[in-house]
Amino acid sequence: MSEKKLMLGNEAIARGAWEAGVKVSAAYPGTPSTEISENIVKYEEIYCEWSPNEKVALEVAIGASMAGVRALASMKHVGVNVAADPLYTVSYIGATGGLVLVAADDPGMYSSQNEQDSRAVARAAHVPVIEPSDSQEAKEFIKYAFDMSEKYDTPVIFRTTTRIAHSQGLVELEDRCEPIDIPYEKKVAKHVMMPGNAIKRHPLVVAREEQMSIDGADFPINRIEMNDTKIGVITSGIPYTYVKEALPSASVLKLGCVNPLPKQMILDFAKKVDKLYIVEELDPIIEEQVKSWGVECTGKEIFTVLGEYSTNMIKKAILGAELDIETPADVPVRPPILCPGCPHRSTFYSIKKLGIHVAGDIGCYTLGAVAPLGVVESVVCMGSSISTLHGMEKAKGKDYVKNWVACIGDSTFMHTGVNSLMNMFYNQATGTVLILDNSTTGMTGHQDHAATGKTLMGEEVLAIDLYKLCHDGIGIENTYVVNAFDTKTLEELLKRETQREAVSVLIVQAPCALLKSNKPKPAYHIDSDKCKRCGMCMKPGCPAITKAEDGSISINATMCNGCGLCAGLCKFAAINQ
Amino acid sequence: METKNIMIVGVGGQGTLLTSRILGGITIKAGYDVKLSEVHGMAQRGGSVVTFVRYGEHVNEPIVEEGCADVLIAFERLEALRYAHFLKKDGVIVVNDQRIDPMPVVIGAAKYPENIIEDLEKKYKVLKIDAMAEALKLGNARTFNIIVLGMAAKHMDFAKEDWLEVIEKTVPAKTIEINKQAFEMGYAYEG
Repeated sequence: MSEKKLMLGNEAIARGAWEAGVKVSAAYPGTPSTEISENIVKYEEIYCEWSPNEKVALEVAIGASMAGVRALASMKHVGVNVAADPLYTVSYIGATGGLVLVAADDPGMYSSQNEQDSRAVARAAHVPVIEPSDSQEAKEFIKYAFDMSEKYDTPVIFRTTTRIAHSQGLVELEDRCEPIDIPYEKKVAKHVMMPGNAIKRHPLVVAREEQMSIDGADFPINRIEMNDTKIGVITSGIPYTYVKEALPSASVLKLGCVNPLPKQMILDFAKKVDKLYIVEELDPIIEEQVKSWGVECTGKEIFTVLGEYSTNMIKKAILGAELDIETPADVPVRPPILCPGCPHRSTFYSIKKLGIHVAGDIGCYTLGAVAPLGVVESVVCMGSSISTLHGMEKAKGKDYVKNWVACIGDSTFMHTGVNSLMNMFYNQATGTVLILDNSTTGMTGHQDHAATGKTLMGEEVLAIDLYKLCHDGIGIENTYVVNAFDTKTLEELLKRETQREAVSVLIVQAPCALLKSNKPKPAYHIDSDKCKRCGMCMKPGCPAITKAEDGSISINATMCNGCGLCAGLCKFAAINQ
Repeated sequence: METKNIMIVGVGGQGTLLTSRILGGITIKAGYDVKLSEVHGMAQRGGSVVTFVRYGEHVNEPIVEEGCADVLIAFERLEALRYAHFLKKDGVIVVNDQRIDPMPVVIGAAKYPENIIEDLEKKYKVLKIDAMAEALKLGNARTFNIIVLGMAAKHMDFAKEDWLEVIEKTVPAKTIEINKQAFEMGYAYEG
């Protein structure tokens, strides 16, 4: 028997891509997809990169596919929106070397701003979707996805959810197949999507989808597990594992390919069972199609479109089971928070002190929206802070935004924020933009980007200089660099620049407290004789500082990383290293 | 055998991922099928985190359902209370007797519950340890999670030598010795 290894879903996808002979991989980090690239980099046969955003990543993969090799692009669900432009058109172009896009959905929104269902995007783009149920299938199915891509001349979306991506299971390891490298051929009618060519490609897309729907009955990844015929279930992905647990004797049609659906296979299965259920997380994508064929079935009448499912939920919904479960204790919530020593805390504290409002963005600093800082008042998507601030100014006038700033991280600025800044400059905006430069992509676990000077494959490269980009490149004269913990200078700059009737950029620097290269300084402690218990040090909401029942305040020495923000706030010199 | 359900809960950054990796390793060594489910991303920034470990002849789903956990390993008191309803009636809680205030408590918007352990003891078998104090005795505060794991290990069906071997294979090379000591300390601890 071959070797078995415990692997995260994302690790298994990386392994499968390697076994499939992938040669090029591009991605932008995003939970729950990040670990795919972090594992692909371990296979030296694959060129891999962090691209500045998902659109670029998909285009890199498209180029590699056109050139004749197998290519992978991976991203979180909202990243698929960023990549939607190339996606909808590459559906017409198809694939020379196998082309697979991993779309990682996040039901339950563990780390996302929405709960969209990527299967709906795939249907709109007429791209097939393959979905695994565990790590073993993640590895097997991604290989199948590359075969399918080449056989049907189509890009393939490989859809996972957080529960697949971040669960571990045993995976049987196999060897890498000989990578394909098809000689490049000029194919203008297929590769140049101008109207005259695209109009001829569209019918081929329709025919491809019809053919795949017919062939779907024979795809090994679509299978029927015939059992007792009283209950039949059509399901896929992680809900399949809950169905097997909740209804061990039911008959199950497990779909590995969820778009297009194998129509005849489903019609035949429906005839064989007394009562048919569709169990799918998020939107009724399978259910609405099956119902449109006149098949009687039950789905969202008894299941929610919100969040994750579970075995208990299926037992209750289908069997009407009454489960003897204790009521959860009524306890205070524990939301995520900025880490001790986080430079964003220092920046946000100064902003709060000055009564400035923040148009926010996607990253750790989104947490500036919650108490006690509570300065971030809007967050939409990657890069939106700068453009929403601009829209506010155009709606309400220059004076209105003089107590506002946009806050965006360095990685998010490189992702799409830079476009919005160009727009502000071009359209003569008034507004202050803070680039919170912590030298990494923080929230997703420290990935490099174009302004850090290192690539995914570990090469040292010239970093794009954010100051030069904004000042010399775009031409924003009022561009300044300031240390995030130098609150005096930062506050002076904020007061002055927010009043300026022009675009200003403050690059607020200090490395992420969790970066390995950022060694913690000695911890601070509170001298209880000097401490007046005024609570000033607690205002920025550092988790390392706590107040006991008796009112005494102390610093947890194992959590403190010595940033000194609290010491600077103490009027009684009671906080020392 | 029936599938065993273990949960590890705590505060993001406390090392639940490393602990679950060791648990995964020991179940494989014993020849079981195993599935684990983890939390990455935003919650790892000081939020409430939960890891599920399920092992047996054949495991379908990777999550532990409410009312089904055999062992709940909690790295913090409030988190033990938050997830206690996942336990079976005869389930065991192994808890690090430490308090970390969540932000609503820090800013005075909520109260940290009192007598958590006493209340849990009324319903479940509870083993408690001040693992942070024990870890400081070893000279490395970060090993507290392995001390708690050592204590929980006594309530699971694997040999001590196997645990030590898996720890050796799982933790960073520089910390092998101290983590083995931490495990032994927890294993020998009489709560």
